[in-house]
Amino acid sequence: MDFLQPATWEEALEAKAAARDAVPIAGGTDVMVGMNFGRLRPSLLLDLTRVPELQQWADDDGAVRLGAGVPYARVISELGDRLPGLAMAARTIGSPQIRNRGTVGGNLATASPAGDAHPALLAADAEVEVASVRGTRRIPVTEFYRGVKRSALADDELIAAVRIVPPRGPQQYSKIGTRNAMVIAVAAFGLALHPDRRAVGTGIGSAAPTPRRAPAAEEFLAGELDGLWDSRAELPAATATRFGEMVAAAAAPIDDVRGTARYRVHALSVMARRALTWAWADYRKGDPTCA
Amino acid sequence: MSTPTRTPSGAPSHLSGAGGRVGDDAARPDGVLKVRGEFAYGSDLWMDDMLWGVTLRSPHPYARIRSIDIGGALAVPGVHAVLTSDDVPGEKVYGLELADQPVLALDVVRYQGEPVALVAADHPDTARRAAARIVVDYDVWEPVTDARVALGHPTWNQLHDAPAEVTELSRESANLHPHGNLVRHLKVRRGDPEPTADVVVVGEYEVGMQDQAFLGPESGLAVPGEDGGVDLYVATQWLHVDQRQICAALGLPPEKVRLTLAGVGGAFGGREDLSMHVHACLLALHTGRPVKMSYNREESFFGHVHRHPATMRYEHGATRDGDLVYVRATIYFDGGAYASSTPAVVGNGGTMGIGPYVVPHVHVDCYGAYTNNPPCGAMRGFGSVQTAFAYESQMDALAAELGMDPVDLRCRNAMEQGSEAITGQVVDSPAPVVELLRRLEAMPLPPEVPTGDDVDLRDMPGGVSNTTHGEGVRRGVGYAVAYKNVAFSEGFDDYSTARVRLEVVGGEAVATVHTAAAEVGQGLVTVEQQIARTELGVDRVTVHPKDTAVGSAGSTSASRQTYVTGGAVKAACEAVRARVLERAQAVVGRPVADLRLDGGKVVSDLEGVALPLADVLGDEVVEETLEWRHRPTEAVDPETGQGFAHVQYAFSAHRAVVDVDTELGLVKVVEMACTQDVGRAINPQAVIGQIQGGTAQGLGLAVMEEILVRDGRVQNPSFTDYLIPTVLDMPPMRVEILEYADPHAPYGLRGVGEAPNISSGPAVLAAIRQATGLPLTRVPVRPEHLTGT
Repeated sequence: MDFLQPATWEEALEAKAAARDAVPIAGGTDVMVGMNFGRLRPSLLLDLTRVPELQQWADDDGAVRLGAGVPYARVISELGDRLPGLAMAARTIGSPQIRNRGTVGGNLATASPAGDAHPALLAADAEVEVASVRGTRRIPVTEFYRGVKRSALADDELIAAVRIVPPRGPQQYSKIGTRNAMVIAVAAFGLALHPDRRAVGTGIGSAAPTPRRAPAAEEFLAGELDGLWDSRAELPAATATRFGEMVAAAAAPIDDVRGTARYRVHALSVMARRALTWAWADYRKGDPTCA
Repeated sequence: MSTPTRTPSGAPSHLSGAGGRVGDDAARPDGVLKVRGEFAYGSDLWMDDMLWGVTLRSPHPYARIRSIDIGGALAVPGVHAVLTSDDVPGEKVYGLELADQPVLALDVVRYQGEPVALVAADHPDTARRAAARIVVDYDVWEPVTDARVALGHPTWNQLHDAPAEVTELSRESANLHPHGNLVRHLKVRRGDPEPTADVVVVGEYEVGMQDQAFLGPESGLAVPGEDGGVDLYVATQWLHVDQRQICAALGLPPEKVRLTLAGVGGAFGGREDLSMHVHACLLALHTGRPVKMSYNREESFFGHVHRHPATMRYEHGATRDGDLVYVRATIYFDGGAYASSTPAVVGNGGTMGIGPYVVPHVHVDCYGAYTNNPPCGAMRGFGSVQTAFAYESQMDALAAELGMDPVDLRCRNAMEQGSEAITGQVVDSPAPVVELLRRLEAMPLPPEVPTGDDVDLRDMPGGVSNTTHGEGVRRGVGYAVAYKNVAFSEGFDDYSTARVRLEVVGGEAVATVHTAAAEVGQGLVTVEQQIARTELGVDRVTVHPKDTAVGSAGSTSASRQTYVTGGAVKAACEAVRARVLERAQAVVGRPVADLRLDGGKVVSDLEGVALPLADVLGDEVVEETLEWRHRPTEAVDPETGQGFAHVQYAFSAHRAVVDVDTELGLVKVVEMACTQDVGRAINPQAVIGQIQGGTAQGLGLAVMEEILVRDGRVQNPSFTDYLIPTVLDMPPMRVEILEYADPHAPYGLRGVGEAPNISSGPAVLAAIRQATGLPLTRVPVRPEHLTGT
């Protein structure tokens, strides 16, 4: 196995173009596990931790451009106010050690249906900025996930950043695990209310071959909220319940060692109902962030 | 006995430590090293010219081996040896109680992960790649995966909606072993065989397969000796029983198989059976090079025995007033492919299977069966953990049926000193079951469920995963009490050996304690020092590395080492002291009645004599080695289960307070309270540590810990999916320690380690049941059970 440690983004892209089966590594919380268990034997390991621009985030054209190598711990401490949904997701990840190492870029590169960041990114309409020696392109995150651990990334491309517009409305994130910390999601749900656009964003994790949105539930809720955005009136309980059921209906889970398909569907309906209740209560209080 | 000419780095060294006598919170001599990450565990062993050994394991739970072709592996550059069962020079099968397990697979593999072949190479990766080139031709058979099916018994578990279909087993494979699939059937018969009662409750219960989940995987280093023997440094639990089995497999006498305990990262029973011991020795003797073997986490799940899963049916009969009249119980332990310690687990499960209660009429059948599931053997609580879930659930069900308070019902029927156990054995030391329960009841309860804006997610079911801010959360409180035999039972010759030396080093009297008792993290090395300081009145006590250069100490299991090895160290110290005092009287020139050793001096309170011990000893080295036994036990009657089976009982009780998110099926244990009678707390801080650790392990089994096995295959061999409690799962504890001396035991002490592991889980289950109103007959309880999904 060869090991390359490019110092610049250009060098990294050239290396990836030259060796398309190279496996990029940032925090190593997925790659090293795969290697230690003999499931991953890359011919070339491309260490991206020395590329400065990947370790930074910045405001860019109304969005936060989050470098692919920024660890979850910094998402929580530095971006908790601007990207509340993603920060809530980051808090549920692993242990402090894992949050110090793991990155949103790595979560996207692995593209596991159980990746904790995905539901928050989906709900927030994030874009993935990918690059190669051929140039840079932005992929809406809804189009990024292509199958179990498959993404829209071409074999000469690397993930540069994630772009997320800081929300004007409340966001929520919930995740089920069978213990109270350090657990892989049995099911997860991300919610973003967009009062400026009169729209609703959702994200479902660990309950389908890929992370996915619940478009019918979003449309239903946007319609129900149509008369409520301005009045900030109480949300009928039946609306939250129906929203939960429609989110659950968008899932296509399986039975596995972590949980049954039936439980996942049930849990999504409860999580979506509760998340909406909390988000709407925050909206009524005029508090856009609710972490 | 020769000493090795070379020792590896990472081999143990002598431990000395700060002060502390019996009853003090003495600090561990290995504590600072462990906290700093400087303690050398078995996986840290190293010699520059060593080879790495790996194991090829069966992918099938049950298959006949048609042929093994090792040619491909031998051709890999860097490979020094590829071995199969043909290369085992001595006995080809081994076992703790029954020799039924092949060192390397013979003609049939009986569980997924059974060792088939070994490779030694100059790099572990090379060895793994070479092992993958060994071609094994398997004739795959249908596995036997249910203990009752294996025994041809009907299945009655209500958890399966329909009666399980009996697998059509082919004639040649229906029995795993020539003697059939029954490992042991223990019967307890007492009183009227056909009793009747006013109130009857029946329950069927199931306990999943728990893993010891120790942090340091199996590891060791075998060094070939110039005498044709071998020195093995290994993380293990019982050096001498390992030595016996290794000698048999290698065809070598004990003086040529020398074992030294490497740093052990937890055991909990999982190291009582051999793992890589014989394998590393075979490779070392074959190659003439030191060979290291160290399992990774996944292999570790296949490399040691687990806790027996159990299916149990209980029927309790009582008077309207709540007096127990009878208990009928049928208990099945799934022993997996090989016997390991299944016979003793059946012994415990049966003879203590109804809990610490007095019952006139008892009918227990306890079975251990062979199946093609992973082998199961020793784990903390050993046969009692499983039955406690059943009998304590029954006590709660009976209380509900009678409209009684569950604690009152338990106290009404509790065992006390002088009671007869169901074996007919009179409990001849304190049995404060009632006091343990009443003290728990008297403890204050934690604050109510937090709600509203003040909610700290870490206090909620689901934790920071943000699944509830109080919605759906209901609180429950549950109680459980347990008892457990201490040390080895049923007539086993259970002893330990201690060598204690007293000499002057640098002008100061120093004691050295040498035993073969495995320190696995529990703190025995501290206890050995405390006893020597107490008995010899010296401050400096050194613990010699644990090895087979001294006689057996027995196993570090069954809560027995402080009792048995502690007893041996005490007795050896007394023998040393007698010689020193004799010498002191010679110095004084006449007998002195009240001489004792204290503060590095020989003291007489009456005469004011205070000779420095260093002066009395001079150049003399006083050393005594002796074997020490607890009072004998006896085998139980094979037809009635009656007899003096156990040397001592340990008692503990728990109160669990839980919050359950009843909509999502998530559980937050809010508080665990424990009361335990320890006879005498030799090291109170270590006792509390044992209670906290045992409580966490029991809680884990109640709500999350299970090796999931489907068709004989393990589904979750990693800490990604085999979950153990985190700091957000294990709550703060209230602990009260009682010290009612057992007059038969050294210092009056009782074994501590297992009892809290037994009562904790049933208390959690009872609390979840109270919070949800669900019957909950299986552990671990999963969110699916709580939500009907």
